Amino acid sequence: MPEASVLELHAVSKRFGGLVAVDDLSFEVRENEVLGLIGPNGSGKTTVINLISGALRPSRGEIYLRDQMISDQPARAIARAGVARTFQLVRLLPSLTVAENVIAGAVFGHKRLWGGSARKYALRQLERVGMRHAVDAPTTSLTYIDEKRIELARALASDPAVLLLDEWLAGLNPTELQIGIELIRSLKAEGRTIVLVEHVMNAIRSVCDRCVVMNSGAKIAQGTPEAALAEKEVIRAYLGEDNA
Amino acid sequence: MTRRETVWLVAVVAAFALLACLPLLRHGYLLSIGVSVAMYTVLATSWALFSGPTHYISLATAAFYGIGAYVVAGGIGTLPYPVLVALAGVAGGVAAALTGIATLRLSGVYFVIFTLGLAELIRQIVTWVQNNFTGSRGLYVLTEITERTIYWELLALAAAVYLIGWWVARSRLGFALRIIGNDEVVAAHVGINSAACKLALFVISGIFAAMVGAVMAPRYTYIEPSIAFTAELSFQVVIMALLGGVHRLWGPLLGVIPFTILWEVIAARFPTQTVLLLGVAFLLIVYLIPNGVVGRLESAIKAASRRASHA
Repeated sequence: MPEASVLELHAVSKRFGGLVAVDDLSFEVRENEVLGLIGPNGSGKTTVINLISGALRPSRGEIYLRDQMISDQPARAIARAGVARTFQLVRLLPSLTVAENVIAGAVFGHKRLWGGSARKYALRQLERVGMRHAVDAPTTSLTYIDEKRIELARALASDPAVLLLDEWLAGLNPTELQIGIELIRSLKAEGRTIVLVEHVMNAIRSVCDRCVVMNSGAKIAQGTPEAALAEKEVIRAYLGEDNA
Repeated sequence: MTRRETVWLVAVVAAFALLACLPLLRHGYLLSIGVSVAMYTVLATSWALFSGPTHYISLATAAFYGIGAYVVAGGIGTLPYPVLVALAGVAGGVAAALTGIATLRLSGVYFVIFTLGLAELIRQIVTWVQNNFTGSRGLYVLTEITERTIYWELLALAAAVYLIGWWVARSRLGFALRIIGNDEVVAAHVGINSAACKLALFVISGIFAAMVGAVMAPRYTYIEPSIAFTAELSFQVVIMALLGGVHRLWGPLLGVIPFTILWEVIAARFPTQTVLLLGVAFLLIVYLIPNGVVGRLESAIKAASRRASHA
């Protein structure tokens, strides 16, 4: 029996004026699943993340988190309902300490802790991503991967039902990439439900249960990474007509 | 409460007790400066509660101050004075809430212009009403209230501002505002209702400005729109708060004290050039000490401790 679906996109479209960024897209994300959202540059992946997290509102279609429709809600309500995200370009809160950056995720969202319990919970998340040692450091002293880990800890601090990672592995060097992939695998092992926008094919093959491949805003394939990436349409989208 | 907080609390209570003794000196000039300092402290500190974390520059202080003064002027014959001060707070809070709902979704520049326009708008409405219906331009505020009572009332308001500021800083609301000030997109995605947080602080600053206006009204004896709704007041409050520093609760105080004294000198020596000198002061502060006296102090302390640890 398939796992219950946690997140469901139903015929979602997004237009920016004349440009159709996302075109009649439907897919679902099941419990404990890591779903890879892939496709060439400009295919609308980040727009999908923005639609799910409420940074943008769909022009048409609905998005459901379990039975709750979230596509008509503002970002703050979607966060409370249990969707957490990281950003393609890391967004830390520069005037706050590392610990406060993570606590920010635990106070106002899906989890509503405060005071000592919020701090304790945030420290556990820092431990989780391997950044326990940096608790009271200023955010300005961090390397790029550390910034990404702090941002991930902030997202985890809300104990989300769905975690959206927007190119979380982009810009890492090979060693960092291994650490990053291991981290995502360990989240998966814990039973987190994750939607992953990614370009790094190794990562997709090693952590994703299923993939949705997009091109020009539309879904052109889905299935296991091997099957989806082998489809003619996908090869054509990535490599052009001659190689298909 | 931690030990450090207890020490602070005792120090602050002692400072207030000492300041409350000022009228006992029976020194008229000193007391009038005390009233000015206390008044601007309440206005600048409550202004900074809102503008410090949100970076929204509000020029609506005069609007709320004027509303407070007019509530007292209009009701002094019919209602007891303390009730009027409380009513002024309510009126200021409601006005701030309405203004906030209409404007806090606007981006910075539009918000500044709107708040500047607000004081002028209310002033014109009051003038129009008075010209057409009451037959006189101003109102008399005749009370038994003396300068020293006004001073004590302002001191009490200052204590209330500091108490609320301290409470906000330790609350979820204060934490939310710090996040909003850093990155509003992140704030929304961690579940914060930015508009509601900003509105709450804007209402608090509106309540205080209106109550200060109400407390100050008896000092004028005669109130007309151009006195109660003077735009100069809004600018002075902004300058003082920025001079002191808006990222610490006690920051504005460090701007209020030197500026009020400087202002006394300017107003006495160059009574016709006050607005010009106000503008010059504004430019100098923004260029030379953008983080205020507090910012300067803190970086000096940091530098000193770094030198000490190297030695």
